[in-house]
Amino acid sequence: MTSLYEEISTPPAGDVPVRRVTINVNGQARTVDVEPRLLLAHLIRQGLKLTGTHTGCDTTNCGACTVLFDGRPIKSCTMFAVQADGHKVETVESLASASELHPIQEGFKEKHGLQCGFCTPGMMMAAKALLERNLNPTEDEIRWAISGNLCRCTGYQNIVKAILWAAEKMRAESK
Amino acid sequence: MYPSRFKYESPKTLADAIALLDSGAGETKVLAGGQSLVPMMKLRFAFPGTVVDINNIPDLNYHRFDSDGTLRIGALCRHEDLEHSDVIAKGQPTIAAAAPLVADPIVRTRGTFVGSLCHADPQGDWAAVMIALGGRVVVQGPKGKREIAMKDFVLGPFQTALEFNEIAIEAVIPAPAGQARGGYLKLERRVGDFATASVAVALEITGGKVVRAGIAMAGVGGKTIDARDAASSLVGQALTEANIATVAAAVAAVAEPRSDHRGSSDYKRQIIRTFVTRILTSIANSTKKAA
Repeated sequence: MTSLYEEISTPPAGDVPVRRVTINVNGQARTVDVEPRLLLAHLIRQGLKLTGTHTGCDTTNCGACTVLFDGRPIKSCTMFAVQADGHKVETVESLASASELHPIQEGFKEKHGLQCGFCTPGMMMAAKALLERNLNPTEDEIRWAISGNLCRCTGYQNIVKAILWAAEKMRAESK
Repeated sequence: MYPSRFKYESPKTLADAIALLDSGAGETKVLAGGQSLVPMMKLRFAFPGTVVDINNIPDLNYHRFDSDGTLRIGALCRHEDLEHSDVIAKGQPTIAAAAPLVADPIVRTRGTFVGSLCHADPQGDWAAVMIALGGRVVVQGPKGKREIAMKDFVLGPFQTALEFNEIAIEAVIPAPAGQARGGYLKLERRVGDFATASVAVALEITGGKVVRAGIAMAGVGGKTIDARDAASSLVGQALTEANIATVAAAVAAVAEPRSDHRGSSDYKRQIIRTFVTRILTSIANSTKKAA
């Protein structure tokens, strides 16, 4: 497993055609050797040990693996890690600072926006992408924006409320 | 799930990309948005020896109208670029209506219009839109460029007229002879599912009368269904309740739906009839208002 994406100090293993890529992950440049078929989701989770990003369906349906790629949400199970060379990736780990939760995280806490929590990282990154473009979304716009993310617990009600709550807080903070 | 091993190339020019395809002897695939190709590779339905990623080739991410009204969509234009585009909202109603209904919002940030055409899924939204609009695909290979009419571009499910060493670089929608009017409606069980039934309508209207009409369907047959005869019966006429009903029935009649878990064949036919009626009625109402 590790031969697929060892840190830069390790030479590529034998006949595996690896590529050296540098990806800005949560503000930090990470240089890794990856085999072309390695999915971005797997690099993030196993290679970079950022396990906040989840892989759910592995078939581009569920959105649990949603991360931001150059600021736009993507399903990281549907992109090869080599494609991210030179690009900026933000995962759920980028939301909280050492001392403070992000308003989106606070919203999920305040409004009980999760039950099992599996879809939550993807939901929050989809919400972040929405709120970066539209800080005053309607309920419909929120439902639309998270329609590529599946939740099997909540029935979405509290997720929508959580994002509305976060939007309100972020509007207040931006004043 | 891991795809089979492949060689990854990320050329910086179109010429390099074509050279890679040319030397690949048919075992090479072009990667644009990857929202169909990557899942296919993970399921090992596709196992190209080499993947040529065209995302680093400049000047392919565009959509624009020429001064004569011709619309050009480049190979890296994403679904969401069309969804949020002011020029599309103003100038191409069929595409504007379909863009928010393709896949789901996250897939739309990566997936491309031209890539969808090349994937040639019989359920594809954009193929129906392109057939209705009478569009063409510009392809480039070692011998230069050629244009293929959309109706000739798809040869069968997941099969296109592209040669192994050609890349589809642009979709072209001809300038409308009159005012471009149209719509797209799709019934899906949930966002991102294949269409239970969908219809693309593209009309061109001058002086209240239809001068060109195209209607095509997805989800109701083993291929994109071109209802051109039904559509062309509108040419020369103003839209009326009577001719809308006739056309809607004629379009539904040429659908080839199969009964499955998404609904019975009769149900799907009825959906098509309802959708055509809704789109044409809405065009008729707004044309009246404008007149």
